[in-house]
Amino acid sequence: MRIVVCVKQIIDPELPASQFRIDASSNRQRPNGHPLVISPYDENALEVALRLKEKAGGTVAVVSAGEPSAISALRKGLAMGADEAALISDPALDGSDAFGLAAALARGIQKLGIPDLVLCGCESGDWADRTVGPILAEALNIPCVSFVAQVDGEDGRLRMRRVVEEGYEVWEGAPPLLLTILSHESNIPRYPKVKDIMTASRRSIPTWSAADLGVEAGDIGKAAIRTEVQQLTLPSRESRCELMDGEPAQQVTTLITKLRERKAI
Amino acid sequence: MPGIFVFGTIENGIPSRSTLELLTGAQRLAAGLQEGVSVGLLGPGDGASLYRYGVEAVYRANDPLLKEYQADLYLLALQRIAQAAGAKVLLLPGDSLGRDLAARLAFRLKAGVVTDVIEIDIEGPEKMPRFTRPVYGGKAAAVIVPKRFPVVVTLKPRTFDPAGPMGQGKGKEVPVEISLDPAQARTRMAERVQEETTGVKLEDAPAVVSGGRGLGGPEGFTLLVELARVLKGAVGASRAATDAGWVPSSMQVGQTGKTVSPDLYIAVGISGATQHVAGISGAKTIVAINADPEAPIFKVAHLGIVGDYKAILPPLIAKCRELMGS
Ligand SMILES: Cc1cc2nc3c(=O)[nH]c(=O)nc-3n(C[C@H](O)[C@H](O)[C@H](O)COP(=O)(O)OP(=O)(O)OC[C@H]3O[C@@H](n4cnc5c(N)ncnc54)[C@H](O)[C@@H]3O)c2cc1C
Ligand SMILES: Nc1ncnc2c1ncn2[C@@H]1O[C@H](COP(=O)(O)O)[C@@H](O)[C@H]1O
Repeated sequence: MRIVVCVKQIIDPELPASQFRIDASSNRQRPNGHPLVISPYDENALEVALRLKEKAGGTVAVVSAGEPSAISALRKGLAMGADEAALISDPALDGSDAFGLAAALARGIQKLGIPDLVLCGCESGDWADRTVGPILAEALNIPCVSFVAQVDGEDGRLRMRRVVEEGYEVWEGAPPLLLTILSHESNIPRYPKVKDIMTASRRSIPTWSAADLGVEAGDIGKAAIRTEVQQLTLPSRESRCELMDGEPAQQVTTLITKLRERKAI
Repeated sequence: MPGIFVFGTIENGIPSRSTLELLTGAQRLAAGLQEGVSVGLLGPGDGASLYRYGVEAVYRANDPLLKEYQADLYLLALQRIAQAAGAKVLLLPGDSLGRDLAARLAFRLKAGVVTDVIEIDIEGPEKMPRFTRPVYGGKAAAVIVPKRFPVVVTLKPRTFDPAGPMGQGKGKEVPVEISLDPAQARTRMAERVQEETTGVKLEDAPAVVSGGRGLGGPEGFTLLVELARVLKGAVGASRAATDAGWVPSSMQVGQTGKTVSPDLYIAVGISGATQHVAGISGAKTIVAINADPEAPIFKVAHLGIVGDYKAILPPLIAKCRELMGS
């Protein structure tokens, strides 16, 4: 099976709120030198891909659209076990929305050769739009199953566990398919070995521009956006937590009194 | 034509809770943009109850293949009825259904898409809708405006109050012809599995007791289940707990998981990452039980106990049991 995993490089999303700053001119988070990471669910997606490869054979490629810095995300993907990587990077892509990004990713994936499976994260760790994966499926004209925690395969037919409110659904489909992946105990991302990090650091990774991919200029960039971010604001956070004093029994008694005052129980 | 279009669902003859939440958003948009409201229904189910909520028209595609959810077929039908309704703003729930459909529907309609909206207002003389949504794991909020219509919008569940009855209660049903072919479904649902621990739905529970990594293992959840049972509530979890496999993924509360808005939310052994807190902003009273006085959860909780949950929960369960007489 040939698998492509779409990875996005983002500022570490687990950064505490106290260190979060806004850049008002771009309506984006100010990078401030914070560490850049692979968006967490994309690592889960890569783990799913690597396990499928280990079981059934095939290849895994990682692809990213973004700044030249995203090369390091791709290198990590290679170090984890991907066979191939490609970066789509072009100033013409700046300011693109999900439709522009998906248009570029679709062309990049086609250039790699249409795979059996395209995997995305269920949501990115910064904007969490949950749109790039499903739009990419449309652009590639393949079916999409979203919020998938687990994938099993037999005879070119895959079974996907899709998490929903009441529990989960099991979906079946034949490749080509696009899946958006949710974290799960079965896809906890592996740590790359030092040796593999070294090897990956020496690999050359192709960088493709929009023109290399034949992406229509009118489909990408700020001029093509369908929605605009007008403003980014910081929600006000109040901190007025009342702490209970004393030994556990005392703490619990006071808590119950306070809860009754608040009519919470 | 009514330009505000809600993708609705009917449960037991009445609009579902999520549909009523969408109708609140729809009424706001309709007033601001001077448009009418229509609802699209797929499959069987009587839509007459919708007219009491200011709905002018119900567009229905009724094909036997729409009885069970299947994305490819739903998308074909939704595109058809949205076009028939002349939809300008399409509202979908931000739950697993809307998350599966919204972006693909937008692609097919050449529309914009805004997801997880928590606030809607209409701006100034141009009368453009402004949609607010959390971004960066809840560390910021973005105000987003469409640059074109139509625009597909999902509303974050349990954020808008359910709509109340309004208007004269009259409307018309418009059947939309569609004939689907089973071959158009490229995937197939083989199985659906329910995973509830206490019998009360997490989203509907008046009290939610959630556990995180601090519980140290799946055994810790037995205490939480006990407390939830006494409070007639439900059990939730942080992503760390679901990722560890201690409890099912469907119990995850937060940005990726569920939004809950109970009267009482008790977070046990949960640090209070913004992505978790994103799922509980509607909770009236938040209680934190955490061993670390510096844990960020104490910045959002109303009441807190610093301590080991193993020492706190047994007396808490006993006291609550006394009080609730069960
Ligand atoms: C894109 C994205 C989406 C996410 N979506 C979600 C989501 O939907 N839901 C979610 O929950 N998270 C989500 N997260 C993850 C989130 O950022 C945190 O990593 C996660 O919530 C941490 O879980 P936790 O609080 O259980 O674990 P930790 O952060 O490890 O906290 C454990 C806490 O337990 C306390 N503790 C330890 N021992 C005890 C004891 N004996 N008694 C009492 N307290 C104890 C510790 O002091 C600590 O505060 C998301 C992250 C990203 C990047
Ligand atoms: N710039 C990008 N490059 C590669 N993949 C991306 C990019 N942006 C989004 N994706 C993929 O789409 C998923 C969902 O992103 P989003 O729609 O922003 O929530 C991510 O988890 C990635 O798998």
